[in-house]
Amino acid sequence: MNDSALGWWGVPLAILGGAIRASTPYLFVSLGECLTEKSGRINLGLEGNLVLGAMSAYAVSYLSGSPWLGVLAAGAAGMLLGMLHAWLCSYPKVNDIAVGIALMMFGAGIAFFFGKPYIQPAAPHLPAISFGAWSGSAQVRSALEINVLFVIGLGIAPLLSWFLSNTRWGLMVRTVGDSRDAAGALGFPVNSVRAVATMTGGFLAGVGGAFLSLYYPGSWNEGLSSGQGLIAVALVVFAHWQPMRCLYAALLFGGAGALGPALQSVGVTGGYYLFNAAPYVLTLLLMMATCSPERTLSGIPGELSITK
Amino acid sequence: MNTLAGGQQTGQVFDSSHSPVALEVIGLSKRFGALPALEGVSFRLWQGSFHALLGGNGAGKSTLVKCVMGYQPADHGTVLIGNRECVIESARDAHRHGLGMVYQHFTLVPDMTVLENLVLSRLPIPKMIAWKKERQRLETLIAETPFRIPLHKKAGELAAGEKQKVELLKQLFLQPKILILDEPTSVLTPQEADGILGMLKERTRSHGLTVLIITHKFREVMNYADAVSVLRRGKLIYSGPLAGNTPAMLAELMIGNETIARIGERTRAEKGPVKLAINHLSADSDTGALAVDRLSLNLHGGEIVGIAGVSGNGQRELVQALSGQRKPDQGGICIDDLPYAATRREMARFRCNCLPEEPLRNACVPRMSLAGNLALRTFDRPGFTRWRWFIDAKAQKEHALELIERYRIHPSEPGRRIETLSGGNVQRLVLARELSGQADLLVVANPCFGLDFAAASEVRKQLMQARNNGAAVLLVSEDLDELLELSDRIAVMFEGRLIYEAPIAAVDLDEIGLKMAGH
Ligand SMILES: Nc1ncnc2c1ncn2[C@@H]1O[C@H](COP(=O)(O)OP(=O)(O)OP(=O)(O)O)[C@@H](O)[C@H]1O
Ligand SMILES: [Mg+2]
Repeated sequence: MNDSALGWWGVPLAILGGAIRASTPYLFVSLGECLTEKSGRINLGLEGNLVLGAMSAYAVSYLSGSPWLGVLAAGAAGMLLGMLHAWLCSYPKVNDIAVGIALMMFGAGIAFFFGKPYIQPAAPHLPAISFGAWSGSAQVRSALEINVLFVIGLGIAPLLSWFLSNTRWGLMVRTVGDSRDAAGALGFPVNSVRAVATMTGGFLAGVGGAFLSLYYPGSWNEGLSSGQGLIAVALVVFAHWQPMRCLYAALLFGGAGALGPALQSVGVTGGYYLFNAAPYVLTLLLMMATCSPERTLSGIPGELSITK
Repeated sequence: MNTLAGGQQTGQVFDSSHSPVALEVIGLSKRFGALPALEGVSFRLWQGSFHALLGGNGAGKSTLVKCVMGYQPADHGTVLIGNRECVIESARDAHRHGLGMVYQHFTLVPDMTVLENLVLSRLPIPKMIAWKKERQRLETLIAETPFRIPLHKKAGELAAGEKQKVELLKQLFLQPKILILDEPTSVLTPQEADGILGMLKERTRSHGLTVLIITHKFREVMNYADAVSVLRRGKLIYSGPLAGNTPAMLAELMIGNETIARIGERTRAEKGPVKLAINHLSADSDTGALAVDRLSLNLHGGEIVGIAGVSGNGQRELVQALSGQRKPDQGGICIDDLPYAATRREMARFRCNCLPEEPLRNACVPRMSLAGNLALRTFDRPGFTRWRWFIDAKAQKEHALELIERYRIHPSEPGRRIETLSGGNVQRLVLARELSGQADLLVVANPCFGLDFAAASEVRKQLMQARNNGAAVLLVSEDLDELLELSDRIAVMFEGRLIYEAPIAAVDLDEIGLKMAGH
């Protein structure tokens, strides 16, 4: 069959397909976190946004019949959580990391609470674009079956990067994130800017959740997210707070995650669990390779509570 | 002095009596906890005047202008601009009322380039920024000023003097009607300061600009100011025209009848052996550009070598290399003929102490207490530990109290966080730490940056004393007068190299000026 026709070539192809498929939630969450952190706050709660987004998307998609309404609902749910985070952190002496962890539990908790009735029924899924229609090989076609949300995320990364360096609001976000003193001297409203950045970040993370429940794996249950939200937050550090690098990091991470299944498909079954750990090993190796004790991390926003 | 104080608020007009009031402050008060920083301060700024605000370290000058700018809320008091009461709650309000300010602590965004920082201060900031156009516009604007600033550098990588220039540029572009400057010339060379102050003074005459300047330099006050106000411990002591005041009278107004330290004599005539030898030292700046370029220098015990130069010519990197904050790329540093890598152990062994520029950032832990910061060099030494492994808080506190007293650090609460101190008091604290232990090698950068004249002469006295006791002192400073006063030898640093060196007796001022400009 086609499988054997491709042989070992199936491995990179499967990794590519996996990278594109699995990277979408990482991409959305890390872009959201990147924006939030650029404004000087850390929102560790995006895992909660992801799960709540997944649930809301599935529920609304099921009830309304439109997966796109589901995506919007996921974004809105994420935004609400972001708003809660921003509101709590606007009080003096509130630690954003602690609030984030609390909200992670909270988001997942209410998602499970309201999501119970939606575990059984099947909701309409998000559409995909077949970029591989030209090929006769089923493997090629399945690898190039690309979800619309991924394409959107692909557009958001350069857009965010452009926004941060070329617009008034972008500069405002970076100022507020890098130096409260400078923001004060320029008259920027620090808390409001951070609130908007956190809410927008929350929105993006929620949309990432919609991908999980409406496309891949494509159902709603309580074990849906395996910590993607948390890993995506780490990706931002790894990406040195640059949106384009978030995109590459997300792809790399998604691809590494597909290594195990891809090898299995060509018959390498030994060390399956070992290969599944590839993303984490990879992160550690890359962190070691890119960080230097000589220099401080470039691009790190000066107002983050970990740098103070 | 009270004869002068009687002149308070009689409101003499600078040169013409029909000049209107540009800004009036009435009964401004501000407390920080139990500490009254300002108590019922009232004064007027006449339109088109060049008004100097004087006062010792911690007198409340910065607090006063920050309250006026809405950067901090005042507890009581009103601000009138052009005879109308104004509520100023943020820098935007202030800008709308034509106020602009250069802050004492730099307010640049460290992770942004100079270009981005300058565009940010443009109001309104364009919704979308055409970088090419902005760059061209700024380049032409900068060409009209006496400053040369690399636009592509990140603000965090600039030396203090360069940052100060960017701050000044920001305000020049905004063209406020009333410009407040909080120690704008503290790390500029006198020539640069004259360039900028002369330009501002001209604008007060031609454009009706009003300037309120905080400075510790009497030279600037005498040369440029029309009127002065003097604060002491939060109270306004004098406000009136400059005419008729001598520096000595102003000094007395500022500190009352405290005695001022005099720089001691230069005693030991013969130099000691070579203490510090720098051999072909090269170091990169944060961007990786070569900042210190194969620099060699020998420093003997019992001498002060002054390094002159315009800020940004590698002085910062040199000091960092000597203080262990930067790894040299090439070449070596030897102390007493032994290689020196500026580790904590070596510093203690060679008794090498250092006072870098911007001490709050480079030599302090901002959120730690005064006592903690004072103990950074000694907390693990015998006498400050209990059973060798534990910190002896009581000993630390006693030591802190003693230093606070000796160096007149105000407010004198060892438990207070250092970031709440006034700029000059932070400087005093670091000096207290670095000078109080017996030091054999001192690396000092702009030690009097931000100090009032009393404290400055105290510091200079201490440096001279250290030298007389046999210490080798490397003094990097942008203040030529200070260098001439203290140094035994002067060198000029330009683009990472020393391009001039002469013993103090043979120094030619004109030549130094030319060398500093790279000729
Ligand atoms: N944020 C703050 N919290 C607590 N105390 C403060 C704060 N800001 C200033 N102070 C205190 O208020 C007093 C006045 O400080 P201010 O900065 O106005 O002095 P200054 O006259 O500008 O001195 P310098 O010449 O050293 O800059 C000081 O004693 C200082 O410790
Ligand atoms: Mg001050």
